[in-house]
Amino acid sequence: MPLTFCRALSPLTAISVASAVLAGAAAWTPVRAAAADTEIAHFALANGLSVVVIPDHRVPVITHMVWYRVGSADEPPGVSGIAHFLEHLMFKGTEKNPSGKFSQVLATVGGQENAFTTADYTGYFQRIAREHLPVVMGFEADRMTGLVLTNENVLPERDVVLEEYNMRVANSPDARLGEQVAAALYLNHPYGRPVIGWRREIEKLTREDALAFYRRFYAPNNAIVVVAGDVSAEEVKALAEDIYGKVAARPDVGVRARPQEPDPVAVRHVMLADPRAAQPSLQRSYLVPSEPQAGPGEAEALDLLAHILGSGQNSRLYRTLVEDKRIAINAGANYSGTSVDATSFSIYATPRPGTSLEDLETAIDAVVAEVADAGVSAAELDRAKTRMIADAVYARDSQATMARWYGAALATGLTIEQVKSWPDRVRAIDADAVRNAARTWLGKQRSVTGYLVKEWPAKGDKKEKKS
Amino acid sequence: MTVVVSMLRILARGAHAAAALTLVAGALALPTAPARAATAVERIVSPGGIEAWLVREPTIPLIAIDFAFRGGSSQVPANKAGLASLAADLLDEGAGDLDSRAFHERVENYAIGLHFSASRDYLSGSLYTLAEHQDIAFDLLRLALTAPRFDSDAVERVRAQALSGLRRASMNPNDLANRSWWAKAFAGHPYAQPVGGTLETVPAITADDLKGYVHRAFARDTLKIGIVGNVDAVAAGRIVDRIFGALPAKAELADVSNAQPLALGNKLTVELDVPQSVVLVGGAGLAQKDPDFMASYVLNHILGGGSFTSRLYREVREARGLAYSVHSSMLPLDHAALFVAGTATRTDRADEALAVIQSEIRRMAESGPTQEELEAAKSFLKGSYALRFDTSGKIASQLVMLQLADLGIDYFIRRNSLVDAVTLDDVKRVARRLLMADMLATVVGRGPSVAGSGATPAPATVPAAVPARRDGG
Repeated sequence: MPLTFCRALSPLTAISVASAVLAGAAAWTPVRAAAADTEIAHFALANGLSVVVIPDHRVPVITHMVWYRVGSADEPPGVSGIAHFLEHLMFKGTEKNPSGKFSQVLATVGGQENAFTTADYTGYFQRIAREHLPVVMGFEADRMTGLVLTNENVLPERDVVLEEYNMRVANSPDARLGEQVAAALYLNHPYGRPVIGWRREIEKLTREDALAFYRRFYAPNNAIVVVAGDVSAEEVKALAEDIYGKVAARPDVGVRARPQEPDPVAVRHVMLADPRAAQPSLQRSYLVPSEPQAGPGEAEALDLLAHILGSGQNSRLYRTLVEDKRIAINAGANYSGTSVDATSFSIYATPRPGTSLEDLETAIDAVVAEVADAGVSAAELDRAKTRMIADAVYARDSQATMARWYGAALATGLTIEQVKSWPDRVRAIDADAVRNAARTWLGKQRSVTGYLVKEWPAKGDKKEKKS
Repeated sequence: MTVVVSMLRILARGAHAAAALTLVAGALALPTAPARAATAVERIVSPGGIEAWLVREPTIPLIAIDFAFRGGSSQVPANKAGLASLAADLLDEGAGDLDSRAFHERVENYAIGLHFSASRDYLSGSLYTLAEHQDIAFDLLRLALTAPRFDSDAVERVRAQALSGLRRASMNPNDLANRSWWAKAFAGHPYAQPVGGTLETVPAITADDLKGYVHRAFARDTLKIGIVGNVDAVAAGRIVDRIFGALPAKAELADVSNAQPLALGNKLTVELDVPQSVVLVGGAGLAQKDPDFMASYVLNHILGGGSFTSRLYREVREARGLAYSVHSSMLPLDHAALFVAGTATRTDRADEALAVIQSEIRRMAESGPTQEELEAAKSFLKGSYALRFDTSGKIASQLVMLQLADLGIDYFIRRNSLVDAVTLDDVKRVARRLLMADMLATVVGRGPSVAGSGATPAPATVPAAVPARRDGG
């Protein structure tokens, strides 16, 4: 999410834009002078579609993304996995462009494509030479409302999704534990459901389920188009108005009214035994505010806290558990702030052979308590800020990364201005704010701790859980 | 000496060619990219005599440097398998007068990205730094390469991490399939050993082994360097000498023989109680310098390469729903050339998935692709070439890969015409040559496919890493 854009105009940029020529019957205006062409632009079409343009003229390619403000957390009960299944089915064609046509065209002109689903959004993207932007826009606009599904292509695709489930979850003990931790963390909010769905519900998903979900949520007024690369805002605006502008808005588009979490009050533990867990591990998640719902400075403080506690080898968790106490092989923490509703602050650790998960947990608790009690040092805070702010510069090296950051931010309710001001807001956080974030949000009653073991402990070994 | 080759202009021309296809929706079109200021690949030789390839990139205030030394895990004795990998993981764990903690603090205080990794043929690394911190970054890299400490606490800590990864991998069907395939196909050759070693060999590696490996393998004569940033040839020469100038002139590498994959025509099975089985099939491919290499690359793209339209994708995934992931690739290594294909599928249909893959390989061997498939593949490969150059890090990595493959600094220009020159006859000839031959298959999982064929239980040791990808085309 963090980034900056004070990019200097380069001679390369000036040349490419100034010498651009019109080809074909142009329903769009000539490109403007190059001067302002490194600015990120954001505008909306009359049908409600949001458009973001991120110019990067180094190579004549573009990344074109369509983000829908819908994810697994918007699924009706009983059809978990339908958001992700629909994402797969979006490649099955429309009346105008039958199954496979879009992919066939991309496979011919040299475009990469893919799609992804999270709890909050679903995205589709193409990476391609710049002159094909109208083509990919045309296909995306067409499948925004024109999807046609038949059982002949829906049912084999459901088997494909079940194999994706096998690959990502069933074959991975750590992923299986992650599902259980999330399910225990969220008592009321649908974030407790896996994005890919519960297997028994995936097996029963139908063409009708997919179409009902599609008609409810896929519409220009529920979507964001991001174009990054060798384009100008004017070019994109003209094309978007002509191509996406023809798609009618859906006034009754589904709203995100998700059940919210009650205040967490109980310390929770889950344990999963998997005979393939050759390496035991520990995962913990705390319920914390997301960036869109956090108070001023709160999300920035949580991000810095995650960095100081658990990002890399200078972090508190790594130094204490791995280097000093030598009870862990690895340890870290992460805050996922780009989320519509209450999100998770997670800690993970892998014990050294001979260390019990209980002892590892006690040591983690002590590291968290120390930050909450005594706060963080000026050196730690500076280091975390430097890294996070530099990441924003590094992101500018990749048009695909920039497109993803902006798309994810807008799809979860943040604004362009919030993304732009991120580095300044991080700079403004002081050590007290970081300590307060730990005190406020890392109380253990807000958390679930998961143990992954190879086999269930024998009865006599069962230890009392400390809280 | 400086040789300048225009790269991006050529890429733009490739995109023009693709645009000739009549695929435009409606009457709108974006203009194709105009010719640009000659963003160029320069070959520079430093005052100290070290060659590097340079791309000047003035728009982003960062410098990316990629490099590689020849001689990865194939330089390591079998009883020390994992040595190159462990050394790579330890280079930033203390060097010169900086212990591990001081080194990591400095890296992070200046937001430097520094990564090392080993493959069968190479030890490679990459450096990412903001231009304002470049001097500190260059010195850290120099220390890591010329004065790594291998302090005992760091060695034990990183060794424990490696062993933990190996324990995890010992129950992972992908890792097991790879490990058993390579062990069988290259029995007796250094390629047989897993890059990351095994639960038996990694504990046997000593600090002296690590120092010895670095001393033998890190030298100027096998070094390839790619630089991207706002620096000119003179500055780049100084950077290269500053980082790499103190390395020994010559590496002391053991001879590694060229090898052909063995045991072709066999099927290995490894029993593992997992919901999804992994299937791997492989045989001989073509060396990158083979005149038919590009034809084999195009052939593979049609059969099982990157897009959502390959034959394997259509038959295994779309038509039958057997798998989420199915792929094939050409792997030109330094001492062997391979073709491999694989998928992950539900156990009760693993035999069916393997049969479909084998039948698609056979069908391609017997009749080759259609003219239409060939044209689409060529058009894709030309049109998508520019996507390999859209970040500084990707460009730096391409610069090193092309040097390792010894394809010449003008490859950027020639590459799309090499694709263009591939004919249907070429592809059919290569298909017969490669795909008609026997292959070695591995299936890891449970159920009838495995149980019925004299399966061996998965040993509690370690998997091979996937071979380093040197994408030939």
